[in-house]
Amino acid sequence: MKKVLVLLLVGIFVTVAFAGCRTAEKAPVTLVFAKGDAVRLDPADVTDGESITVMDNIFEGLVQYKPGTTEVEPNLATSWEPSPDGLEWTFYLRKDVKFHDGTPFNADAVVFSFERQRDENHPFHKYGQWDYWGWCFGEIQKTEKVDEYTIKITLDKPFAPFISTMAMFTVFVVSPTSANEWGEQWFSHPVGTGPFTFVEWVKGDHITLEKNPDYWGEKAKIDKLIFKVIDDPSARLLALTKGEVHGMEFPNPDDLKNIENNPDLQILSKPGLSIGYLAMNMGEDTPGYQKELGDVRVRRAIAHAINKQDIIDYLYKGTAIVAKNPIPPTLWGYNDAIQDYDYDPEKAKQLLAEAGYPDGFKTNLWAMPVSRPYMFDPTKIATAIQADLANVGIDAEIVSYDWGTYLDKTDNGEHAMCLLGWTGDYADPDNFLYVLLDPDSATVGSAGNVAFYRNPEVHRLNMEAVSTFDPATRAELYKQVQVHVHEDVPWITLAHATQILVFRKNIKGFVLYPTGDYHFNATYFEGEG
Amino acid sequence: MRNYILKRILNLFFVLFMVSIIIFLLLRLAPGDPAKVIAGEHASKEIIEEIRIRLGLDKPLITQYFIWFKQILRGNLGTSIRSRDSIMKELLLRFPNTFELSVFAMIFAGIIGFPAGIISAVRRYSFLDYVSMFIALLGVSMPVFWLGIMLLMIFGVKLDWLPIGGRLSVYIPLKPVTHFYLIDSLITLNGRAFFDTLKHLILPSIALGTIPMAFIARITRSSMLDVLHQDYIRTAKSKGLPQNIVIRKHALKNAMIPILTTAGTTFALLMGGAILTETVFSWPGIGTYVVQAVYARDYPVVQGSVLFIAFLIAVTNLTVDILYAYLDPRIHYQ
Repeated sequence: MKKVLVLLLVGIFVTVAFAGCRTAEKAPVTLVFAKGDAVRLDPADVTDGESITVMDNIFEGLVQYKPGTTEVEPNLATSWEPSPDGLEWTFYLRKDVKFHDGTPFNADAVVFSFERQRDENHPFHKYGQWDYWGWCFGEIQKTEKVDEYTIKITLDKPFAPFISTMAMFTVFVVSPTSANEWGEQWFSHPVGTGPFTFVEWVKGDHITLEKNPDYWGEKAKIDKLIFKVIDDPSARLLALTKGEVHGMEFPNPDDLKNIENNPDLQILSKPGLSIGYLAMNMGEDTPGYQKELGDVRVRRAIAHAINKQDIIDYLYKGTAIVAKNPIPPTLWGYNDAIQDYDYDPEKAKQLLAEAGYPDGFKTNLWAMPVSRPYMFDPTKIATAIQADLANVGIDAEIVSYDWGTYLDKTDNGEHAMCLLGWTGDYADPDNFLYVLLDPDSATVGSAGNVAFYRNPEVHRLNMEAVSTFDPATRAELYKQVQVHVHEDVPWITLAHATQILVFRKNIKGFVLYPTGDYHFNATYFEGEG
Repeated sequence: MRNYILKRILNLFFVLFMVSIIIFLLLRLAPGDPAKVIAGEHASKEIIEEIRIRLGLDKPLITQYFIWFKQILRGNLGTSIRSRDSIMKELLLRFPNTFELSVFAMIFAGIIGFPAGIISAVRRYSFLDYVSMFIALLGVSMPVFWLGIMLLMIFGVKLDWLPIGGRLSVYIPLKPVTHFYLIDSLITLNGRAFFDTLKHLILPSIALGTIPMAFIARITRSSMLDVLHQDYIRTAKSKGLPQNIVIRKHALKNAMIPILTTAGTTFALLMGGAILTETVFSWPGIGTYVVQAVYARDYPVVQGSVLFIAFLIAVTNLTVDILYAYLDPRIHYQ
């Protein structure tokens, strides 16, 4: 009996071993990238970066960001124009495009992709929650077909940032044929027009894409793109060091030195669309208001008292750059002419004395209980700031709550000073300067502007900028907003976190986008096709 | 016997009911509001409220619980907040991954732990005994996370013998049939996939199997020592039976019961998903699924998975208990 079993096992092994020798064709050029798993692959129905960075390669929108920048350029639309009153936008579509399933790309596909999100009576509406549509596209009244290759979008108010929002993943165009075929399950069978087609998704393990041989634009340089799920950053780095994967996202800050010293690896980094800041409560109608912080000299003193560079070097561990403006330098409209307040405790003491507080004062400093992409370890950052303030005589007590309560209470203005930050939804200064610093956003109880900074001039400039359609003029207006913010110091702008990707040395052509998107169409292996 | 089994099954339902209440309450007591997590910074009150209503979080706790409980009675664990996919489907898809790893970890634990325990018992206070018990102690106290990373550094990177993680190299195609990759690769006669899967199993099995191995070694040793002092062993020895017959035929069989219990319980625990091991080795099992859900405050997934795990453990325990009755006629259940 035992002998039979052994023979059987040996038999199986031999068969199996030989069965393995059949495959010997030329392997396709495959790039494996390690990251977290996607949640859903319907571009209009996700809120997480892990899903978006996969779909960037499968889908396309009417417009796109120029590689590596935040400037909008044509993509599936060749051109567009707003009506003089800014309420109607007409888009002229490309005529030579097909979806991966063969469906022709045309006005019907665009109308389907947008209307399924907006129109509650649309047959596809029930299959999604369409969160981002509600958050960023509320101004769209309707999307209509004008002719086979022209569409018209009607807004309820003139809104210049609209064109920036059209580059978001939410408005990627999807194949109506395939969406209707799969219905509720479409989110795991994505079909778009992009440079890669979807092959398979083994949940928790990997997602495989293949080069789209019929792509209308410049075709991808690799044959296969595999997103391998490795959740732990240390394990990712091991796999990359060994060459099992060719690229990875978000290494541990502590590993950066090792990576730099490894001749096989390269680091790509770029400030993302984010800001981490310390807001000082200027709202006299808020419960947390302190008259000291209502004095601009005190706020400037604080700006001089805090050593930002040390915070970046030792607490962000080099994964951020010092912020001198509320918007990151990778966003158009950034005012580089502004001179940041330098670290100068003596000047700070002098300013405090001028303001009538030569011996400082008591206040509170709120620290977020969680690390966010724009702020690693807020408690340590708060401690560092506390020490810097103590150095000039300001006695700040650190306060913290659980995250939900923290957001509620800061919206209510119960703090004197609080740490917070923001990651932009789309690349437009309006998404920072209006949402975070406009008087409109400074309503006690639901404030995005937690400094309760209410400068009417800032409001005027913001409003003018959303109803002006010339990008250069808009950039100029936002530069002026930044001048006001610099002079009034509602915030100490601390840091713009950088997104960090690591690749093997022989991987070329990958460009980081400030928005955190991953496009692999131009990526190639050095020395191969 | 039948009464006993019936009683145990009723008992099992009671345990699951209690588990459902505890996990439900624990999640609600933990800070962090899923609606806020979904909506992010500065989302307006209306948006958060809308999300809360959509998720049913606006209802009183009791109502929320009973809605969930009614679902479970219908065999429906609900849908994930994040992916809106069926939790049952997701768990069943990941279960084979976790199961395959658990089996291999147990095999590793048994192959090393069992003989080590026997040798220690038979050669008590010898050098071998001290060595194996020291290793067992080390095994229990070693953090799995650290062990996993060390194994990866040594065998994965430095020596480059074994892969870093995952179940199968992404280059190797395999048609899933049962989702047990070893079985699938045999059925489809896919040799590359078979050996590749085996290679992927080795390191995580060692990492996951180390603690059970140590347990098994220690319990085998003490159980064997117990038996070796019994009268019937002395009788067998004085009859002149050779040592190995005494140990194999007389001692081992009687020492098996506590060993089986330990092994059974440990196995049940492993099947519940080894969170640390699965995370280090990027193993797409139940453990990683739960961890991701906890980070995202995906209440239904955490609840559903914990209940699923509790069910597995309870059923395994029940099976082990019932098996006793057959293994050992002296055990009677009242």
